[in-house]
Amino acid sequence: MSELTHSVEALLFVASEPLSVRELAAYTDSTPERVERALDALADRYVEGRSGVVLEKAAGGWGFRASRSSAAVCARMVNRPQTRGLSQAALETLAIVAYLGPVSRPEIARIRGVAADAGVAGLLERGLVEEAGRADTIGNPVLYRVTTAFSRMFGLEEGVASLPSLAEFDLSDADHEALRARLHLVADQHDGAA
Amino acid sequence: MSVGIRRISDVTVSDLELDLDVFQGPFDLLLALVMREEIELAEVPIAEIVVAFVDRMQERGEIDLESASEFLVLIAALLEIKVRLLFPEDEGEDFEELTAEQAEAELIERLIEYRRYAGAARWLGTRAADARVFRAGPAPLAPRPDPVVEAFSEDPWQLHAVIGRLLTPPPKIDISSVRRRLVPVSEFLIRFRALLAERRGFAFEEAVAGLDRLSQAAAFLAVLELYKAGEADPVQDELFGPIRVGRGSGRAAPHPAPSESEPRQIDRAIA
Repeated sequence: MSELTHSVEALLFVASEPLSVRELAAYTDSTPERVERALDALADRYVEGRSGVVLEKAAGGWGFRASRSSAAVCARMVNRPQTRGLSQAALETLAIVAYLGPVSRPEIARIRGVAADAGVAGLLERGLVEEAGRADTIGNPVLYRVTTAFSRMFGLEEGVASLPSLAEFDLSDADHEALRARLHLVADQHDGAA
Repeated sequence: MSVGIRRISDVTVSDLELDLDVFQGPFDLLLALVMREEIELAEVPIAEIVVAFVDRMQERGEIDLESASEFLVLIAALLEIKVRLLFPEDEGEDFEELTAEQAEAELIERLIEYRRYAGAARWLGTRAADARVFRAGPAPLAPRPDPVVEAFSEDPWQLHAVIGRLLTPPPKIDISSVRRRLVPVSEFLIRFRALLAERRGFAFEEAVAGLDRLSQAAAFLAVLELYKAGEADPVQDELFGPIRVGRGSGRAAPHPAPSESEPRQIDRAIA
């Protein structure tokens, strides 16, 4: 293993956030191409099933994480449940911040149709979203965006750029028609009752 | 966010104590700041002010109709201003003109938009199940370097010299060039008495024409003295209008009886 590979390995071990190839090249006084080769060598060694530490690509950079098989043991050490699932409301809020960020709470509330205060507060606490300045509109609401921790948690190699296109989640024409029909049904029932 | 009331002493709305995110203090100060546009009204949670007021009424255990209605009027005005601020007029018109079909189209549009993000959320949910692994936490902040303390000499005489400089009284300010002016009221008393002796009355403005402000003030005090003693009867038809000083009835005005020493006191005050 080359001297450069050792340096890259050490940098990734010390860093708490993923490091980009460009950053690694700058710190090691090397070229991106040589850093890529070093990373390939490391990825071979730190791979799921072969090592307790795994090299992962996330948020446009590279970083170490614990292996999946060691998740239960790690959970015991940090004294918290291994899986703290996100609620449906939290996931929806997160999706809106990820696709639209920087976005304000009123905008999130407009799309979801309910107040977003608690949802955003929970995501802030988990470190999945962070403040990103204030909007230049009435009331100057705080804007939010997703964090590097979000990209790592959801395995997004290039951050939000790795998210699938929103069009993939568009309703089919049949669903669209069903939605309209249901809306009319509700309206008729309401008229009948009144 | 908490709304706390510190005092429950007075009945008036103005000292309703508020503790909001954007403001802490009495209600009337908040009003003043909003009017002077020093606080963004859009950021003032009006519901919390109402809750604070209702809480206070509950704590008092009685309804003070006067303060309740005063509060209603103020809060209604605040609400109206805030609504106008948040909904510019042209948008309001659009809102009124919305037909049933347009409303339906808009609702469907919003539902479709929401479904899109709900789908994205489901996708994220499947990824999260796959990615529940542990990573290093954020690194602690680098320790700050110790503040640089300037080197100082341990010589106590240096301290002595410094404190000595601080304790030296500053030089006295020379005021000998300031001229002291005396404008005795008694002079005007004599002059106005003479005027009233030969005429039935005189116009105050004419009598003091050409005099400086201080002398005019002394002249006015003299008129008041004469009125008090019943020697003069000044009349002014309107505010800031001309003053006509007529001859008095001779009886003292219905006020504390003037004493001999008073004009002299005023002389001293005006000097």
